[in-house]
Amino acid sequence: MNDILQGMARAARLVVTLDADLVEITALSLQVSLGAAVIASAIGLPLGAWLAINRFPARRVVIAVLNALMGLPPVVVGLIVYVLFSRSGPLGALGLLFTPTVMVIAQVIIITPIVASVSHQAIRELWADYHDLLISLKANRLQRIVTLLWDGRRALMTASLAGFGRGVGEVGAIMIVGGNIDHATRVLTTAIALETGKGAFDMALALGFVLIGLAISVNLALHFLSRTERGSRW
Amino acid sequence: MVSGMIVLEGVELRRGGRVIVGPVSLTLGAEGITMVMGPNGAGKTTLLRALHGLERLSSGQIRWAGNGNALRERQAFVFQTPVLMRRSALDSIAYPLRLRGVKRAEARERAAACAEQVGLRVNLKKEVSDLSGGEKQKMAMARALILEPALLFLDEPSANLDGRSTREIEEILNRIRAGGTRIVMSTHDIGQARRLADDVVFLHDGKLAEQGPSAAFFDAPQSSQAQAYLKGDIVL
Amino acid sequence: MKFRTIIAAAATAVFATMAQAEEMKMSVTTSFANSGLAEVLLPEIEKDTGITVQLLVVGTGQALKLGAEGDVDAVLVHAKAAEEKWLAEGNGTHRREIMYNDFIFVGPSDDPAGAAKADKATGALQAIAAAQAPFVSRGDDSGTHKMELSLWKAAGIEPQGDWYRAVGQGMGAALNTASGMNAYIMSDRASWLKFANKGDLKLVFEGDPVLFNQYAFLPVNPAKHPHVKNDLANKLEAWLVSDRAKALIDGYMLNGEKLFTFNAKAE
Repeated sequence: MNDILQGMARAARLVVTLDADLVEITALSLQVSLGAAVIASAIGLPLGAWLAINRFPARRVVIAVLNALMGLPPVVVGLIVYVLFSRSGPLGALGLLFTPTVMVIAQVIIITPIVASVSHQAIRELWADYHDLLISLKANRLQRIVTLLWDGRRALMTASLAGFGRGVGEVGAIMIVGGNIDHATRVLTTAIALETGKGAFDMALALGFVLIGLAISVNLALHFLSRTERGSRW
Repeated sequence: MVSGMIVLEGVELRRGGRVIVGPVSLTLGAEGITMVMGPNGAGKTTLLRALHGLERLSSGQIRWAGNGNALRERQAFVFQTPVLMRRSALDSIAYPLRLRGVKRAEARERAAACAEQVGLRVNLKKEVSDLSGGEKQKMAMARALILEPALLFLDEPSANLDGRSTREIEEILNRIRAGGTRIVMSTHDIGQARRLADDVVFLHDGKLAEQGPSAAFFDAPQSSQAQAYLKGDIVL
Repeated sequence: MKFRTIIAAAATAVFATMAQAEEMKMSVTTSFANSGLAEVLLPEIEKDTGITVQLLVVGTGQALKLGAEGDVDAVLVHAKAAEEKWLAEGNGTHRREIMYNDFIFVGPSDDPAGAAKADKATGALQAIAAAQAPFVSRGDDSGTHKMELSLWKAAGIEPQGDWYRAVGQGMGAALNTASGMNAYIMSDRASWLKFANKGDLKLVFEGDPVLFNQYAFLPVNPAKHPHVKNDLANKLEAWLVSDRAKALIDGYMLNGEKLFTFNAKAE
């Protein structure tokens, strides 16, 4: 209990003084996970919509695989990405290992199934509503997907935020492919793992509180912005 | 009605082994208001949807003869329950234009004019889910009319409306009919059918029981089912 | 539309570029990073040579593996047998000893087994076993654990019984357990000095050369991985064996105690 209070106090001190290291790793956390969430959304949202409005033989299999991939342990994704991007691996020549870029790639793999699966659920309901109208108006496939994504944007934002949440709180993959290098690839979660290993629980907890604060801020910011657009309703 | 424009030949729709409609063979002319009537479950909605191309035919065919092809290209459908998009009323009405590549500003302008024509006088920035029942139906009408269809289907357009809204809808229908738009609609309301119909298609149990000009149908129905229906009996 | 602004802002964040300086990567073991010496050495290395050394702090096995795959430019570890095997497989150019730290025995302040009176590490273990005094072992197959097992073997004892507790956890957790049980334990000096929950424990035995823990620097073989920055690795090695490094390493103190001893030989 004492550790928690000390951690909170320390977190407050770090935030108030804008500790340079804290700002750096927080910014990288935000950059990597927000970037991964954006890319995963660019892939996962249309994929979810496409799965919702198309009927093809392997559809159920694809959805089952997608749902199963949601539970994929990040450490496994990290290992696969590491093997691919290692200097001895097939993509080693790119020299991307231990860079923020490869951290984004690993998180995209982790997040995309979540975004696709959640958006598939949301779009399926909307499609049931819109089906007759869109067919009647002769909307083509692309127009259908664009319409469903746009009109379902609030539910889809939740899908993207769920992806961001999983990304920003993830440590297994990012530790392996990023390497937790100080001033290069250290993010909040890997810093927390490091401080815990050193037994510096108050610092680890302080970073944990910053992480929670960051996740809440991003959620609130997006919700606030979309509410002002909508006006009266949420 | 000189010549048939829409010709149904042995049209049948089965779902899950059950026959919903058919076999129906009939011919629809090029102008006026055709009223599809019949008791609940007679297949009115399914027939309209099949004509509009929303349902796959199990057998038979629909031919668009003469200048029927012009009708076929330019048709619209007003559903019994309006499809409410997650948009403002203005953007909902503008949506069909947007699908056809009209710029947003112009589409909104034309949508506002169309709303005015159907008498939808509310704040068009409102979400459609916030509109009243009659306003929703008018929104759906405006959305169907904005592309200036040559052929308009309506499935019980005033089923859940009060008298005042019903009268407004009927006025709109009379006006666009006068403007040359072909209308095929269904209704439960015998009074509405009398007021609007040029000719009547009477369905019973998925089959065509009777078809003819409005006056003849209401004065001297030929089939026993239509006689019973118009008398107000329960038709089995 | 606000929604689009959000997407555009996020997309910009993704493609922000990273600064490029003269950088090299080195994998090191957790114990070295935890000692705090790295935080003293790295800024000085950057100042003197212009090289930014990026540390990958991992276990000994993974540190060598990263070198074998060519994902780092050099390795700094303390596992002589494994290092020599690694070199024999052609993964590195050579092995250069830099410095050592040491392991110590910690136990109850009244030292019931009399371990402090022993003159060799094996003697201290024999005393603990004879007294059946509680002893906490890491039991996690780590470098420290392997060292402890080799000492028991050298002492001719197969440790087992109620008094021998293998916890299967890291150094900090094992020290916490020993503190709670008031038991003997073997620890690296840095972990002990940084440990905050000492309780009734104190240092009971130190100084036997078998307890020394030799750190060696191993550049990755450019013949095997042509992309590795061998020139930077050589520059770093030259600095690590310099008098400047010697002064910093020998002068590094934690809680007033010296942790590392510089022992690189001039070539």
